[in-house]
Amino acid sequence: MTAVAVSLTPVCAVDAVPLEGGVAALVDGSAVAVFRSFDGEVFALSNVDPFSGASVLSRGIVGSRGDAPVVSSPMYKQAFDLRTGACLDDATVRVTTYDVAVVDGVVHVGPTREVA
Amino acid sequence: MTKRQRIVVVGHGMVGHRFAQAAVERGLTETHDVLVIGEEPRAAYDRVALTSWFGSGSDALSLLPGGEYDNPRVRLVLDSVVTEIDRVARTVTVVSPPSAVDDLLANPGAVTVHEYDVLVLATGAAPFVPPVEGRGKDGCFVYRTIEDLEAIRAASAAATSGVVIGGGLLGLEAANALVQLGLDTHVVEMAPRLMPVQLDGAAGATLVRHIERLGVSVHTGMVTEAILGTHSAGGSSVTGLRLRQAGTEEGAPTQVVDAQVVVFSAGIRPRDALARECDLEVAPRGGVLVDEQCRTADPHVFAIGECAAPGGTMYGLVAPGYAMAEVVVDALLDGPGAFTGADMSTKLKLLGIDVASFGDAFATTDGALELTYADAVAGVYKKLVVSDDGRRLLGGILVGDASAYGVLRPMVSSGLALPDNPEQLILPASSGVQLGMPDEAQVCSCNDVTKADILHAVTEQGCETVADVKQCTRAGSTCGSCVATVKNVIEDHFASVGKVVDKGLCEHFRLTRQELFDVVAVHGYRRFDDIVAAHGTGRGCDVCKPAIASILASQTSTHILEPATAELQDTNDAYLANIQRNGTYSVVPRIPGGEITPDKLIVIGEVARDYGLYTKITGGQRIDLFGARMEQLPEIWRRLVEAGFESGHAYGKSLRTVKSCVGSTWCRFGVQDSVGLAIALELRYRGLRSPHKLKGGVSGCARECAEARGKDFGVIATEKGWNLYVGGNGGATPAHAKLLAGDLSTETLVSYLDRFLMYYVRTADRLQRTSTWIDQLDGGLDRVRSVVVDDSLGLGAELEAEMARHVGGYEDEWRATLEDPSKLARFVTFVNAPDTPDPSIAFTTERDQIQPIAPARIPVGAPA
Ligand code: SRM
Ligand SMILES: Cc1cc2nc3c(=O)[nH]c(=O)nc-3n(C[C@H](O)[C@H](O)[C@H](O)COP(=O)(O)OP(=O)(O)OC[C@H]3O[C@@H](n4cnc5c(N)ncnc54)[C@H](O)[C@@H]3O)c2cc1C
Ligand code: SF4
Ligand code: FES
Repeated sequence: MTAVAVSLTPVCAVDAVPLEGGVAALVDGSAVAVFRSFDGEVFALSNVDPFSGASVLSRGIVGSRGDAPVVSSPMYKQAFDLRTGACLDDATVRVTTYDVAVVDGVVHVGPTREVA
Repeated sequence: MTKRQRIVVVGHGMVGHRFAQAAVERGLTETHDVLVIGEEPRAAYDRVALTSWFGSGSDALSLLPGGEYDNPRVRLVLDSVVTEIDRVARTVTVVSPPSAVDDLLANPGAVTVHEYDVLVLATGAAPFVPPVEGRGKDGCFVYRTIEDLEAIRAASAAATSGVVIGGGLLGLEAANALVQLGLDTHVVEMAPRLMPVQLDGAAGATLVRHIERLGVSVHTGMVTEAILGTHSAGGSSVTGLRLRQAGTEEGAPTQVVDAQVVVFSAGIRPRDALARECDLEVAPRGGVLVDEQCRTADPHVFAIGECAAPGGTMYGLVAPGYAMAEVVVDALLDGPGAFTGADMSTKLKLLGIDVASFGDAFATTDGALELTYADAVAGVYKKLVVSDDGRRLLGGILVGDASAYGVLRPMVSSGLALPDNPEQLILPASSGVQLGMPDEAQVCSCNDVTKADILHAVTEQGCETVADVKQCTRAGSTCGSCVATVKNVIEDHFASVGKVVDKGLCEHFRLTRQELFDVVAVHGYRRFDDIVAAHGTGRGCDVCKPAIASILASQTSTHILEPATAELQDTNDAYLANIQRNGTYSVVPRIPGGEITPDKLIVIGEVARDYGLYTKITGGQRIDLFGARMEQLPEIWRRLVEAGFESGHAYGKSLRTVKSCVGSTWCRFGVQDSVGLAIALELRYRGLRSPHKLKGGVSGCARECAEARGKDFGVIATEKGWNLYVGGNGGATPAHAKLLAGDLSTETLVSYLDRFLMYYVRTADRLQRTSTWIDQLDGGLDRVRSVVVDDSLGLGAELEAEMARHVGGYEDEWRATLEDPSKLARFVTFVNAPDTPDPSIAFTTERDQIQPIAPARIPVGAPA
């Protein structure tokens, strides 16, 4: 059995996250958007769209821009890199990303990740 | 403050209308009131395109569809004639029938007198009818107004053959009309050739061969001695014409041509009678004599358009008239504008044959040389007139192929040096040299738009298509003959900057939406993955995924939240509701045609009250409930569905509403049941996924209370059935719908609508409303009409069958979602805490209802 770090919160079965789609989860009081890209990789970002302040990012369309897997905000359509949270339409904006792991078919969300 | 000045314009034709428009646009109405008095029963219309009336009717020709100017400073009184000008008192006398005046002028049906500070004569010209014996018989017509055409059409119904007297530009236009009306058509021209003013003998002969091939008999060099016919108590009628060779004496042998319809088109005469009667000077050959500001000797009186003769010459084309209108507005604003003559070049398509004549077409300049190219088999004749040193182009004539006109005519006006082998310019295209046009070359003569103006629109104003440029500059919006050149200028520009105008959807697809639509149909794709693998790159985005979702929905009628397509849907479709600024949703049940029972109204009220939703009557005749959290949507729908409601698709790029007026069931003016039809149409087309949203409207009579002409498809009841208008919208770039077909039975209306909508769904670009789609189609509305009404592509049955499939496969998206647990599963805010509402959503109360509180803006996590 794989060792699980204590700070990881189990959120949902990985199958509950649609391929190229997202769901929102409540982790320690924060809304976190969990996405799966086409090849099954799982990402976790803050669910809050920085442009509108609404908690909606998980409802955006997942796709690609160049090589980057992205989600586009359902509100005003800016694209965010799923790997880094960087907004590809406004270099000054970035959303928080979270550590995430799939263990035994369950998605676990960890603490916010520091991005260099 | 100085007193407002009053301008009276006599005549609401093309030029009078342009004057009023320019007065508004250039702010003259800030200091002046404008009263326009027009003799015709309708507002100005596009006389240049008069012949298209037979196909598309009066409304399509109108230059002022509402019949009124938006600006309250400009008043229009129609069906009224100015009978007298008193230059001392500065008044005009107007005679109006009772119907024309009711609310505009206080004195119905009488003679009224109006003061002016400035008088603008824009009375146009009248056809000249030569004093031929029998010319007053019933069956004799002229070709100038819509009423003339109505009369010609009525007379043609019982006729087998018709004659046009006059083989000039307008005569051939009239002959074209008679051919269209199914008459055996003759043209009689006194001169030895057709279009004697524009063409030389060889060009005229080439044209005759073309025209005869179309079944028109041409009689050149003949004069009409008499119009033959019968007289009876009930009136007179025409049976034929007696012709004699021009130049022979009376008594010389004659020839008789049978005809029941005669159209005089022997030139026009300026309508300058009003001016003569008040002692204003007229030119020797007619026309009110004016100076470069278009002012008469009386400083308060101007004349513009075909009734005017600036410097003694009258101009029988619309472009000089427009220029004069602008000059007068400029003069009244103390501007420097002057009218110094006009380019009388003509290019037209007569009965499908290209004819152009420009500059010094007859080589009257000293030492001018002529270069000609003729291909009798192909029916092509081209002549260039060049200066004696061979360096400059002076003019030319083109028959059968006028494709070089766009390049040649500007060369005349700009004096650009000719290439070394000028004959290359008229040789068939394969050997022709490609010649640039100078920037100052005028491309659209009707609206005086130069190449530089077009380039400016492209480089500075973001125009990319002919339709964009038309809107920005007016180029191409009048006679349309410059459209091909406009297109070339745009394309050449993009090519020169190395930019292929990329019509691809986005970085993932090089295909246009229309191409994708066909690809999906041909291959029968049902999944985005297959489409992107075969025809695209990457993993798609918020542009191509919803576009493909829409295409799949149009072609298959499967629920949009099926696993294969759920993640492709645009924001609102993804949750079958419209997202709001705080992440909540609105719910809009369908209320077909705006008709609703009290019981249903009560249910909406109860649902709104129970869920604390903000309630508003929409601009689309229904009710919107705002502020529902995502997880509440299914419960709300369940309550509504149980009460007989269904989704109103306020979220989809699909049919929204078909607005209705109350119509004949209640309204004293209504002539058809507009509510009944609106409901039927809304139910027929509900759920149809389309390139952009679709709206409809049905009005019960011409008062148009449903604003149907502001919709993508609008239906207006007539005594005989329905008129169908297409291509209207409000929104950012409003457009009035144009008449597609008139007096339709309900059945025909529905079949035309089926075809129209499916043709749009198939071929329009992503997010293109019907109006822009029509504008961008090659051939515009005529193209749509030929496909939908005339079934020129033979697609009618296929388009109708596709619509039938849509109608048969329709299901309410809300109900289907409620019945499918796997679809319902997505309606939770938090996967791991389904019962916890989104803590970031909060409301305040305003005017007794909820309003969102803007979420606390969290600092964005930019790297430190
Ligand atoms: C609710 C309503 C305003 C109202 O309070 O009255 C409304 C609200 C919205 N309109 Fe509208 N429009 C509403 C009538 C109109 C009308 C009037 C009409 O239909 O007679 C127009 C102009 C007419 C027209 O469309 O030709 C109109 C022109 C637009 C446009 C501009 C379209 C264009 O071609 O330029 C948009 C933007 C778009 O669709 O891309 C838009 C988009 C929107 C959206 C959907 C924007 C969005 O995606 O959030 C709004 C949200 C609706 C919601 O949350 O429920 N809305 N909108 C009206 C709903 C009517 C209905 O019952 O369905
Ligand atoms: C079939 C046809 C095809 C044509 N094709 C072309 C073409 O291809 N290119 C081109 O450049 N031109 C073309 N023309 C010419 C063009 O239509 C005219 O140049 C243009 O309409 C002139 O505009 P206007 O306002 O001066 O005159 P009009 O459009 O004739 O308007 C004058 C108006 O004044 C009204 N009026 C007159 N007297 C009075 C009065 N006393 N009181 C009140 N109202 C009065 C008249 O009823 C009329 O409505 C064509 C014309 C016809 C008939
Ligand atoms: S459009 Fe005509 S029928 Fe309909 S409400 Fe208005 S006046 Fe009545
Ligand atoms: S030349 Fe007539 S519209 Fe441009």
